Amino acid sequence: MNYLARRLVTFPLILLGVSLLVFFSIRMIPGDAITAMLGTEAGLLTPVQRQALAEYFGIDQPAVVQYGRWLWGVLQGDLGLSVTYGRPVLAIILERFPLTLELALLSMVIALSVGVPAGVLAATRGERPADVVVRILAMLGQSTPGFVVGLVIIYVLSVYFGFIPAMGSFASLWSDPLANLGQLIFPAVTLGFAFAASVTRISRASMLDVLSDDYIRTARAKGVPARSVVWHHALPNALIPVVTLSGVEFGYLLGGAVIVEQIFALPGLGRLTLDAIGQRDYALVQGCVLFIALNFLIVNLLVDLAYAALDPRIRLGAR
Amino acid sequence: MRILRAIAAHPTGRIGAGIILLYLLLALCGTIGFTPHNPLQQFRIDRLQGPSATYLMGTDLFGRDTASRLMVGIGQSFLIAFASVGLASLVGTIIGLLAGWWGGWLDGAFMRSMDVLLAFPAILLALLIIAIVGPGTFTSVVAIAAVYTPIFARVVRGPTLSLKRREFVDAARTFGSSERYILTRHLLLNLVAPLTVQVTLALAWALLTEAGLSFLGLGTQPPAPSLGLMMSEARNLMQQAPWLLVFPGLTIMLGILGFNLFGDALRDILDPRTQRRTA
Amino acid sequence: MTSLLSVRDLAVGFGRDAAEKPVVRGISFDLAPGETLALVGESGSGKSVTALSINRLVDFGGGRITGGTMAWTRPDGSTLDLAQADERTLLGLRGREIGMIFQEPMTSLNPVHTVGAQIEEAFRLNRGLEGRAASDAAREALDRVRIPDAAQRMKYYPHQLSGGMRQRVMIAMALAGNPRLLIADEPTTALDVTVQAQIMALLAELKAELGMAMIFITHDIGLVAGIADGVMVMQDGVVVEQGRLDTVLDAPQHDYTKHLLGAVPHFTGGQAVRSDHRRETGQQPAVKVDDLVVRFPIGGGWFSRDAGAIHAVEGVGFDLVPGETLAIVGESGSGKSTTARAILGLTEATRGAIVTSPGRHGRPVQMVFQDPFASLNPRLDVASLLAEPAIAAGMRVDAALRQRMVQLLERVGLPEDALSRYPHQFSGGQRQRLCIARALMLNPDVVVLDEAVSALDVSVQARVLDLLIDLQHEFGLAYLFISHDMAVVERIAHRVAVMYAGQVVEIGDAASVLAKPRHSYTKRLIAAVPGIERRRQRYDVDTTPVPSLIKPKGYEPAPAEWVTAGEDHLVRVE
Repeated sequence: MNYLARRLVTFPLILLGVSLLVFFSIRMIPGDAITAMLGTEAGLLTPVQRQALAEYFGIDQPAVVQYGRWLWGVLQGDLGLSVTYGRPVLAIILERFPLTLELALLSMVIALSVGVPAGVLAATRGERPADVVVRILAMLGQSTPGFVVGLVIIYVLSVYFGFIPAMGSFASLWSDPLANLGQLIFPAVTLGFAFAASVTRISRASMLDVLSDDYIRTARAKGVPARSVVWHHALPNALIPVVTLSGVEFGYLLGGAVIVEQIFALPGLGRLTLDAIGQRDYALVQGCVLFIALNFLIVNLLVDLAYAALDPRIRLGAR
Repeated sequence: MRILRAIAAHPTGRIGAGIILLYLLLALCGTIGFTPHNPLQQFRIDRLQGPSATYLMGTDLFGRDTASRLMVGIGQSFLIAFASVGLASLVGTIIGLLAGWWGGWLDGAFMRSMDVLLAFPAILLALLIIAIVGPGTFTSVVAIAAVYTPIFARVVRGPTLSLKRREFVDAARTFGSSERYILTRHLLLNLVAPLTVQVTLALAWALLTEAGLSFLGLGTQPPAPSLGLMMSEARNLMQQAPWLLVFPGLTIMLGILGFNLFGDALRDILDPRTQRRTA
Repeated sequence: MTSLLSVRDLAVGFGRDAAEKPVVRGISFDLAPGETLALVGESGSGKSVTALSINRLVDFGGGRITGGTMAWTRPDGSTLDLAQADERTLLGLRGREIGMIFQEPMTSLNPVHTVGAQIEEAFRLNRGLEGRAASDAAREALDRVRIPDAAQRMKYYPHQLSGGMRQRVMIAMALAGNPRLLIADEPTTALDVTVQAQIMALLAELKAELGMAMIFITHDIGLVAGIADGVMVMQDGVVVEQGRLDTVLDAPQHDYTKHLLGAVPHFTGGQAVRSDHRRETGQQPAVKVDDLVVRFPIGGGWFSRDAGAIHAVEGVGFDLVPGETLAIVGESGSGKSTTARAILGLTEATRGAIVTSPGRHGRPVQMVFQDPFASLNPRLDVASLLAEPAIAAGMRVDAALRQRMVQLLERVGLPEDALSRYPHQFSGGQRQRLCIARALMLNPDVVVLDEAVSALDVSVQARVLDLLIDLQHEFGLAYLFISHDMAVVERIAHRVAVMYAGQVVEIGDAASVLAKPRHSYTKRLIAAVPGIERRRQRYDVDTTPVPSLIKPKGYEPAPAEWVTAGEDHLVRVE
């Protein structure tokens, strides 16, 4: 069967697995759900009240039935109610999500636009200073946790420039694009730092591999100039692993957003998840985790499409 | 032996190995209590001291010695990293090997469940597990192991698929060798090299993830020292006491760098593809 | 006539000690316009490095010209030393004045661009054609290399074409700039012999048409006879003999050339078959295969219904008596290797009977594989490798077993201390000897040799074949010898079965089948085999397509009809 068709078939299957995992892991939390939901206040409930609540939330039913109901709700966009906010989980998530998505995409753009040229430069300069410098920087970048980068940026900005990235009030992309970019640029650099390093390393390695391939020799034999050999013949082939990496890394970006949003006090989905865990707001935790995983899966599907666009052997079915 | 010699001759592998050895030594000293000061003791009069002869890396808000706390923190980080990578590589290898070897529905079932785990960004999966079990050392181990198990399964399954089509496995079948013999002598033995590389690199990632979790306050719980937590505490003091930011930050970076350098060197040495390129 | 290219004392090295340890050295030759020079040598002889030095592609592989001159006559009559030329000048030369084609058509085309785009690029760079003009020229070029449906094929990606087609695309691309010299680096080595004949015919035709000179690199001295004017034989980085074609082939001076011409198998059309075995009537066969059928179902999946099956092997039958060699010859996709794998149980047979000699326990059939680098586990030492069949048979690893290992090692010509060494410490030929020893550990009746000498250098091939013949005499072994190489088959076979598209089309006594082929495919196959006797002989450009092996579900071929063509010679009715 065709590669893309197979991906499309397994997609809902994996989604189902994800929903199962999310649902049942939340149910594994020790103690009954009402205590978990209401915390210490649950102690004040009478048995009758408890029963009523259990019926209301459907937790007197067998687990499978509960899962079915929950999944049915999820399919209709009902992720339940947040105890902390007293509002539908989906509405809260949709409020917070644009920021996180923008952050992730911005850092991806930064990482790719720095990483790919740097990797190509290093690969085509073999063992000369440019290559060595790029390799050292990439190695250091890959070894530095995001929060270290973020704290160093904040430190440098505040101590040397007396500038503290605006925290608290947040300008959205639509209301004030410039202020929004100003607020997001440093978090995005923080988030994209390690990603840029791995893009650089992969681009370099892949470019080196491709440059030793037979068809590059063919291109040279027919008189293709060096610049065109690199950009026209080698790069489309060398980008294939970079595209794969980008799909995987998008997940790390969504995950890393938790930390970066925490450092820069950005009201995104990552911080929402973290707060929800702190507040034991399980419907919200469940919703956030599910939503992020769904986005990650969609991006990976898009990456596979890009992959096929880039590689005719996949698009047209290699033998 | 050959590999150790090769690493000693490898320019960056040597540096990586040196860093790892140094950290292991520090971690050992930290764990058995062989530190300059008691890492938990609060020297109240010496709060927020800069680096000095007494306090090599200064003290924190409570007057605790940063250097001593870092040593214990390294021990803690390494413990979690080694335990989680050990667990992940064991489970992942078994899953990847069996999925690749038997193929069919078992392969599908195993690898799709790995895909489900991979659908969660690393930190998020860890957060989910911590939300369930509650923070702590053991939780960190399980959470990080859950993140890297599918990666090991994939790393093992790929070569297993290609190894099982190799002619030496065909040859073994023509002799009538048992499945167990083929799996252990022909497959596992040839997987040792890629696994070693992967384990080293996974140790670097595990350190990274552990530091992130404890930075968020979801890893090792205070007052026990941990590298991420120390960074988190330094946040609000960075203007008065930058050393509280600088030393833990450098410690984390250098440790991860060590494993990355070592892993890269191992790959250069063990992977015939890169060998050909450098030859 | 002035020469086109005049090379004097060329030396090339790699890496840091390029000058101290040159890979090739002291190479001198002259090439006149329109002339063909063949460069002959085995792997590691430096023939490819020499060729790549001429257009200086060797620079990109880390190589450096460390000495000598290469005087190239430009179209305007001026001379240029290629050894000193800068990259800028060379760029204008490559593709325009010097074209090149390579050994692996599979990997030599860029997988992400269409073949049309790749040929157009050559026209754009070397003829300055743009847009429509370039694509028209590309289409004409595809026509010229006899690619059917050229307009359609322009849009194909390389992976959608067969190996022979890709090599034609390569040729079309190399000739786009009308070069005055074409360097062909083993252009047919990766191809089937009938496809090889087509490419050779095409090259000869185009060369005559365009009047270009050619440097033809090959390991097969037989191939040289058909195309070359001059020959240069290389060994270990130096030229050991060079001269006109007839002089070198008929009166070789150097021992190595004599060895290449004498010891190496050359196809002689059934003149040189073995005569050391005759079948006795009523002899019990060591293995008998009857109506063997192997089919692989295609597709399936979740949406598509059963699309049918690949009929890889269809109704194959033969028998093999002790002391006898049956060679199965055929090209890629003929089903010969699948037949071998089915006999060993490595591939499941759809139906058919495989009967080995009665009264034998264990595994009377053993196998030696094509690639001696892939068929030995690199992580095990020789003792463990040899012990494996015994362990599998439930034997103990004891002194007696060790004794047998040492004996077998000695028998196949390997030293006793080999036991503690690892596969990578041996050469290709030595490894194949190891594989043979391993196959003999359990005293088999039959050894299946699947392209067992194909991966070896020609001179090593000859020695391994001699060893196989000796072992056959000593142990009374029956060989099933799978090969695509007619010269090797002629040297080792008593009987020959020719396979084509999954079926045996002709089977019988080797002398009879090879000398008097009856089936049209066998004739075509034998006509395509190059030989040193076939001087400047043109091959026919024959483009008969192989019938598809994919059949609809439930398809059963008509039963085979056979006619007798001799005492032991059957031909399938077409």
